[in-house]
Amino acid sequence: MTTVVRTRRPVASHRARPATGRSGRRRYSGLLMAAPALLLFGLFGLVPLVGVLVLSLSRWDGLGSIGWSGFANWTGVLTDGATWQALWLTVKVMVVSWLVQTPVALALGLFQAPRGRLRALFAVLWFLPLLLSAVAIGLTWQALLDPSFGIGAAPGLHWLAKPLLGSPSLALYTVIFVIAWQFVPFHALLYQAGVRQIPVSLYEAAAIDGAGPVTRLLRITLPQLKYTFVTSSTLMLVGSLTYFDLIYVLSGGTGGPGTATRVLPLAMYITGFQTHDMGRASALATILVVFGLALSLLTTRLSGFTRMDSQQEGM
Amino acid sequence: MSTVVATLRRTASGGATLVWTALVVVPLYWVVVTSLRGRSDFTMGNPLALPGRPTLDNYRTVLDGDFTTYLLNSVIVTVATVAIVMAVALMAAFSIVRYTNPWSRLTFRLYLLGLAIPLQAVIIPVYLLIIRMQMYDSLLAIVLPSAAFALPVTVMILVSFLRDIPRSLFEAMVVDGAGDWRMLLSLAAPMARPALVTVAVYDGLQVWNGFLFPLILTQSGDKAVLPLALTLYKGEFGIDVPATMAAVVLSTLPMLVVFVLARRQLVAGLTAGFSK
Repeated sequence: MTTVVRTRRPVASHRARPATGRSGRRRYSGLLMAAPALLLFGLFGLVPLVGVLVLSLSRWDGLGSIGWSGFANWTGVLTDGATWQALWLTVKVMVVSWLVQTPVALALGLFQAPRGRLRALFAVLWFLPLLLSAVAIGLTWQALLDPSFGIGAAPGLHWLAKPLLGSPSLALYTVIFVIAWQFVPFHALLYQAGVRQIPVSLYEAAAIDGAGPVTRLLRITLPQLKYTFVTSSTLMLVGSLTYFDLIYVLSGGTGGPGTATRVLPLAMYITGFQTHDMGRASALATILVVFGLALSLLTTRLSGFTRMDSQQEGM
Repeated sequence: MSTVVATLRRTASGGATLVWTALVVVPLYWVVVTSLRGRSDFTMGNPLALPGRPTLDNYRTVLDGDFTTYLLNSVIVTVATVAIVMAVALMAAFSIVRYTNPWSRLTFRLYLLGLAIPLQAVIIPVYLLIIRMQMYDSLLAIVLPSAAFALPVTVMILVSFLRDIPRSLFEAMVVDGAGDWRMLLSLAAPMARPALVTVAVYDGLQVWNGFLFPLILTQSGDKAVLPLALTLYKGEFGIDVPATMAAVVLSTLPMLVVFVLARRQLVAGLTAGFSK
């Protein structure tokens, strides 16, 4: 059955279109089918997108009535050094995470791609972090990196008995490491799937031409992974805006020590739900929305991620 | 020459593999052995050694508390969310594939846009909506927004799957006089079953591990789901790390079971729609 389903043809030729007769009734049922999802997504996805902009122009403590405040929140947010620091930390986490995760994920994906029992065992082990919640991962690493009772107490690992999460200069990099621990397995899976999709015929042709392993890697594997690379990078960059859970837990909800790990989502949460200044928090959230949309627009433009057709067409 | 390079490459990738495996396995091993340690065993001695006298006391501490309540809440929230998303997204994906008018294209673009909305960015308006809808501090307050934010990716995956169903099958049903609803139920749904299972497992994992919506939209302990409960344990147990680790293990066990039963679907779900 699935072989029938998976047959690939150019999109236009096999898209099922309703017959022309009874089209009135058809359109009606089509609308009815689309409605529940649109309603749900509209209410909790699209309305809040506009709502956050409106709220950024208002005064609200999260409990009482909402009042109009004009651009006060915006002038407040934009002249506050803390906003710019949060933005800078967000960009830093984004860029460093990408630089750390991409090569590791690529290497692991390449290793995992050939099938085999030993590799399958490694794949199972590597997959485990993906099952844990960010909270579980945060609590684990927080306890594991405790200078007195953590892993630093193990023989040979005393160099780890440092306040890695408590030091303002090291905390951000420790957070970036834990983020990598959580997400590298996922990106390795993407690269593994990417490598497995490369047609064997390309390697066979290269073998006939006498290409060695390095040439094959540089001339076939890496160029063929272009789309996977863009997809993985997009998800990493856009995803890095959402590293809230992990940083929240690792820093005990403060984005600390001090403000050393207070990225934009955390600054927004603290302003809104701890300082009870929802208007100002909404201004920060709006920056986050614009940031997210701009990033994904940019990367989808570059990658053609939105194209629904197969990249293997014509192979 | 090339064999030397190949050997070097194999050694390098083998070395990297071992390092990464250690990085993954050692912390997980530590979680398990710590959860089996007594208090004094934890504060003294080698944290990576096997516990001198393994004990299940920490698990007892966790289970004697409200763990079953949290577990039940997590199960209710996850099952309800996945059920809603599957039903609603399948209908939406079907109508997007069946109708190629501008409206259906616009809907599709909206879901694409939805992929790029960071959850945190809209949490304040969602919080306001939930308060105004009188749903604050209920499980439904977690279910509805979680379902809404699972929709974009679910619809995208289902659309790309339904598009591959040969047109002739639909035409045959039209000839038989079938309407849209019958086509959805007796053609699209059965044929999309592998995709539905995959995406259900994926959505389920996301909702099970979700933290932000429970954190913001619920308050009382009897409405807490597991990830939120873990942070409560942290406050409750304080420096009792072994008990916290036991809670971490217990909260992960259900997903471990899913992983054992449906590893293929889980892996496929994580890469579906992205690795195409």
